[in-house]
Amino acid sequence: MSRHPELGNIDRSRTLRFVFDGREYHGHPGDTLASALLANGVRRVGTSTLLGRPRGIFSAGAEEPNAVVQIEEPFPEPMVLATTTELYDGLVARSLSGRGRLADRPDPCRYDAVHAHCDVLVVGAGPAGAAAARAAESTGARVIIADSGPPAADRTRAYSAPDPHGLGTGPQTRVLARTTVVGYYDDNYLVAVERRTAHLGLDAPPDLARERVWRIRAKRVVLATGAHERPIAFAGNDLPGVMLAGSARTYLHRYGVLPGHRAVVFTTNDSAYATALDLAAAGLTIAAIADSRPEPAQDWADRARAAGIEVLAGQLVTEARGDGEVASVLVGTRELPADLLLVSGGWNPVVHLFSQSGGTLRYDERLGALVPGESPQAVEVVGAAGGDLGHGSGEPLWFVPAGDYSRHFVDLQRDVTVADVWRATGAGLTSVEHVKRYTTAGTAHDQGKTSGALTSALVAHATGVAPGGAGVTTFRAPYLPVSFAALAGRDRGALHDPVRITALHDWHAARGALFENVGQWRRPWYYPRAGEDMAAAVLRECRAAREHVAAMDASTLGKIDVIGPDAAEFLDRLYTNLMSSLAVGSIRYGVMCRPDGMVFDDGTAIRLAEDHYLITTTTGNAAAVLDWMEEWLQTEWPDLRVTCTSVTEQWATVALVGPGSRAVLGDLAPGLAVDRAGFPFMTWRETEVAGIPARVCRISFSGELAYEINVSSWYGLSLWEAVMSRDVTPYGTETMHVLRAEKGYPIVGQDTDGTTTPQDLGMEWIVSKKKPDFLGKRSFTRRDTARPDRRRLVGLLPRDPEALLPEGAALLAGDRMAGHVTSSYPSAALGRTFALALVSGTHTTLTTRSGVAADVTSSVLYDPGNTRRDGAETETAAPPAGGFEAPVRRSPLAGFEAEFDGLRLAEAPFLTQVNVRTGTPLTPPGTAVTDGETTTVWLGPDEWLTVGPGAARGVDVSAQRTAIRITGPRARDLLAHGCALDLHPDVFPPGRCAQTLLARTQIILIAESDGFLVLVRASFAAYLGAWLLDAATEF
Amino acid sequence: MLLIPCPWCGARDEVEFHYGGQAHVAYPEDPSALSDEQWGRYLFFRENPEGDFAERWSHSAGCRRWFNVVRDTRSNRIKHVYLPGEPRPVTP
Ligand SMILES: [Zn+2]
Repeated sequence: MSRHPELGNIDRSRTLRFVFDGREYHGHPGDTLASALLANGVRRVGTSTLLGRPRGIFSAGAEEPNAVVQIEEPFPEPMVLATTTELYDGLVARSLSGRGRLADRPDPCRYDAVHAHCDVLVVGAGPAGAAAARAAESTGARVIIADSGPPAADRTRAYSAPDPHGLGTGPQTRVLARTTVVGYYDDNYLVAVERRTAHLGLDAPPDLARERVWRIRAKRVVLATGAHERPIAFAGNDLPGVMLAGSARTYLHRYGVLPGHRAVVFTTNDSAYATALDLAAAGLTIAAIADSRPEPAQDWADRARAAGIEVLAGQLVTEARGDGEVASVLVGTRELPADLLLVSGGWNPVVHLFSQSGGTLRYDERLGALVPGESPQAVEVVGAAGGDLGHGSGEPLWFVPAGDYSRHFVDLQRDVTVADVWRATGAGLTSVEHVKRYTTAGTAHDQGKTSGALTSALVAHATGVAPGGAGVTTFRAPYLPVSFAALAGRDRGALHDPVRITALHDWHAARGALFENVGQWRRPWYYPRAGEDMAAAVLRECRAAREHVAAMDASTLGKIDVIGPDAAEFLDRLYTNLMSSLAVGSIRYGVMCRPDGMVFDDGTAIRLAEDHYLITTTTGNAAAVLDWMEEWLQTEWPDLRVTCTSVTEQWATVALVGPGSRAVLGDLAPGLAVDRAGFPFMTWRETEVAGIPARVCRISFSGELAYEINVSSWYGLSLWEAVMSRDVTPYGTETMHVLRAEKGYPIVGQDTDGTTTPQDLGMEWIVSKKKPDFLGKRSFTRRDTARPDRRRLVGLLPRDPEALLPEGAALLAGDRMAGHVTSSYPSAALGRTFALALVSGTHTTLTTRSGVAADVTSSVLYDPGNTRRDGAETETAAPPAGGFEAPVRRSPLAGFEAEFDGLRLAEAPFLTQVNVRTGTPLTPPGTAVTDGETTTVWLGPDEWLTVGPGAARGVDVSAQRTAIRITGPRARDLLAHGCALDLHPDVFPPGRCAQTLLARTQIILIAESDGFLVLVRASFAAYLGAWLLDAATEF
Repeated sequence: MLLIPCPWCGARDEVEFHYGGQAHVAYPEDPSALSDEQWGRYLFFRENPEGDFAERWSHSAGCRRWFNVVRDTRSNRIKHVYLPGEPRPVTP
């Protein structure tokens, strides 16, 4: 084993040092780890996982079953193919036995993903792929060429490399080198992984994404994925020194490596002759060519003999012999000394991607291989991948007959032998899929790239069906293993999932609030003071709310504007109770059920005008409720004249709770009559609070006197600061949960689970008897829904007043399961612990499985007479604290501005935005028309958004979204990191608009002359801003 | 990743859509007139054909409009797109 003095596309002027299994070696730029190991005479690169047998480098590419190594430096990476790992200085790797080792620390590298669109995607830049790419380029098409190898410029002398001057020169061509297409999905959607910096080793720039996932939507796909050589099963065919013949030729020409000194060639076809001749010319001794065909192709045989190579026609290699590596080869009864045995059992077109496209495969008897048939997608296959191998083949030979098949290896990674396959077929298995599961053949890291066809042929042989008749296992994506890091892309750490925050978030964080995730929202959980644990903080917050005054940020509640002449009728159909009878100026609590009668959501409806309601939803269900309303309106009740608009982020909401709340509100809202008679329970008022226009609702989710103050979220922080200036205790979601549970108010999704009716919650009063129908009504009389033994909401008081029942705990009546705990807390007001539970049947006491006993009570444990909700009859108002600061308007991304090469990002704050619903089109679909300072943006067939000061009639949503302007020549490139739309200027020119996804948020995207305006909901703005800056790291 | 043709916005990636199950399952005219079994059929029973299936989709991350498609469940090929309230197109 040595280097050829001239051949190979390696840079001999530079030496790279690397370590394998603790020993240092040298290689050159252009080497793979495998070629450098072979050049250094390293033959053993692994130990088989089951039998512990030595294994050597078997191939030169992605089909490699043996040379699966562990990279240790620069960062631990398990199960990497030495045959495709480009060598770099400082590489440290070691051999494996089956399994690698995951890093015990987070991967410091960056990973990302990009969307791309093209007319033609060419997969593979070999001769056939290059020709197809050139043809496509000549038509002016948008072309993407993806090839697993390094860029053409790095391999100008490479054997079989495409002409570097003819490829990738089209004006709309993108060449993706080191990029493997790993999946082919519906509608010509292909996923590729680009390895961008791993080949740079320790010199990889930390700012560059190490790997990039390309999500490509192609109008047409050309697969030029080549062919993999097939092995033949014979005794000892797993010894180091046994190699696929074509791979040896690749090592010679691409890397200048002679993978042995004296070789025997074992072939069924012409292709191995070229290998033998090239190796002989390069100085390697070819001991013989054993050709399974009785009559080898005359011209090849003549050329071999002319080169002094003995051709053994009709002869088979029966055994590779050696201790740890090949030392001799048995051909028939002749034993030929050799350190290399080159095998060619024919070639399999690489049909993986074609099969994934939905394409059928056909067994070609001449090739003994599967070739592409028909695909439902726009794809064509060229070159060897289509079966055009360009050389003569013979009768396929799968295995060499023997008495003992226990050393005829089929799957080298799984140590599956021909004997194992016979055992499976002998046990009666006739399907390849079953044999795969029985033997594990084809289930390893390489997914059977070299073993799949062989397994199938063995099954066909054993079961007596025609070759190809046994079928094949499914070619599933990914074609090659893909790291989780690449799949995660930039959706890691803080960007893992959008974090939605309210306008008050920074205040909460600065005051040391601990946060709770509610859906994607981050809500203050509690605000511990120095030395307080959670229990102490929550007890203090609860006490403040029940005895003094406390406030909570309730901005996350979903809010939906429901407008139109039929709004009342619409809500009557959705809610279980009557909403049409609600007076303007009043508020009503309501429950929505699905048609099956199960509780879906609850909240309040505020009647703003005859034809205008504002409804609130639970925090986690806002989007689902809006979808639900649209579904019924659009698909069942299109005759109802109603529109629904989300205004969740338009409003900041502060819940002001406690006997002292009236005084605080009176102080902050001098123009508002706050007395009991002037502002009754379940009504709302328009006023100014702390100098900010506000809608104040007198509702209570705690049983105490309470208000919800709603202001434009631009002024939310000013309102909150004014409230806090009045010695009001901030409280979080935990206290909110305790207060409502003490009153027996259920939380949808906590005390209900999708099998809970309003009656189960003891809320018969909310189910209208008057309405002829509403969603859920019919189900209440279904036999199962009306069953008397359904679980119903009850209260529980543990016998031990300190015992806290675990939420979710099963409750037993004697030894029978009676229900489960849904909510459980310590209570300041009750001076003890308590719980809510869903329980079937009537019981006085229930126990948990661990034996904690609790008495069953009413679910309303605090103030069952509702004496506290209206506050004191007369109260001594606290002396006014003397005014408040002038309100300050704040935007969600205040100060967001960044500049990169060819790219500028900045918030465009405080744009006036109005959601307009009309049957008269304002702009054509998909367009945004600017008239003076106001842009009218198409959102849907009857929906527009006006952005700018121009007057429009509709719902004010100015604070619902903020805007980010992305300008500069690379604005499109940045958006392509997270937007699947084709933003090519021909497709999405200035004046186009779309509602779509950017990263993991919904946006309204408007193309402008110098870039884009992105409208994003205020709660997602911080996430999207952070995401954009992260995506711009490479700019 | 299916490319689903929204009748209003054009073809978009599947992730922008919300699946709505079988189309043409109308809310009964008078639920109170139905037997438990008839009501149960409306609530819980849906087709699951191998082949053409008329189903509902909502462009939830886009224009928020509901529409119907006829999709071949074997190939995922979408053969027709039509609006709610329109009859199912006849597939040859
Ligand atoms: Zn749409």
